[in-house]
Amino acid sequence: MGGNSPCASCKLLRRRCAKDCIFAPYFPSNDPHRFAIVHKVFGASTISKMLQELPIHQRADAVNSLVYEANSRVRDPVYGCLGAISYLQNQVAQLQMQLAVVQAEILCIQVQQEPMILPSQPPAAAMEAGMMDGPMDDKSGLGGFPHSNVLPSQYLSFASSSDVTPCGVSHEGSFLGHDTVS
Amino acid sequence: MPIGKFMMSGAGSRCAACRYLRRRCSKDCIFSPHFPSSNPQRFAYVHKIYGASNVAKMLQRVSEFERSHAADSLHLEAKCRVEDPVYGCVGLISRLQRQIHNLESEIAMTRALVMMYESSLDRRKGSANGH
Repeated sequence: MGGNSPCASCKLLRRRCAKDCIFAPYFPSNDPHRFAIVHKVFGASTISKMLQELPIHQRADAVNSLVYEANSRVRDPVYGCLGAISYLQNQVAQLQMQLAVVQAEILCIQVQQEPMILPSQPPAAAMEAGMMDGPMDDKSGLGGFPHSNVLPSQYLSFASSSDVTPCGVSHEGSFLGHDTVS
Repeated sequence: MPIGKFMMSGAGSRCAACRYLRRRCSKDCIFSPHFPSSNPQRFAYVHKIYGASNVAKMLQRVSEFERSHAADSLHLEAKCRVEDPVYGCVGLISRLQRQIHNLESEIAMTRALVMMYESSLDRRKGSANGH
């Protein structure tokens, strides 16, 4: 940003935008809202510390995720991102039930079939090994961010999700009782 | 001399936040119901990510009834961010979305297989009836 206009952060903080400003690559001056919202939730000094502790190639993703969390928190001051997490966990549970029902249908049909035309292995079992992803493996840096086609509009536009009561959530994404959240 | 309004919360102990911030814990401390001294790590996480004054502002912004939920969610998000400084809890959201995508694919494939088996069964029944 250097000799050009100051970045959004330095504009908001009313300071000179240095050539090596840590915020400048991620908070361009044409999007002041982006920095304003992370500053409101996390604070400029916290953001700066976080970015300094990360290698350069991970900072863009970190900023994007912080912006997402900040937006979620502003739109839903009680639950923040946990509203979305709870919604998705419920969706996973429903889909797992649907899958179990469909797999049971396959088994019923297979029982009715003659042995000679049964497949050697039910497709569901064959897929299980590769079905579930392990912990995030974004070493490639791809796909680190929520996709719009599986979140309802209130999470896309970060509207309040006061009608969602989140379950407690472990980092592994399993259900916990709310009492054990902390 | 009475201790006055700067009473310690609980049984003479400060809340985790006031301990951390090395200040007196007032009777109406906004942190004390949600950051008990028995769990200092809880406040340490939120302070590291949000800062004490931001946490206080965020708690003040919601009703008293909702503050415990807000404190819980702030703690969880802060913990996720400490454990994953790049993606925080957004990483969990992405992982859940991938899981949903995989489940939907598998359901679709399994349903297609059900249809295939059913049509095969119908054909066999048809040929058994001489058609």
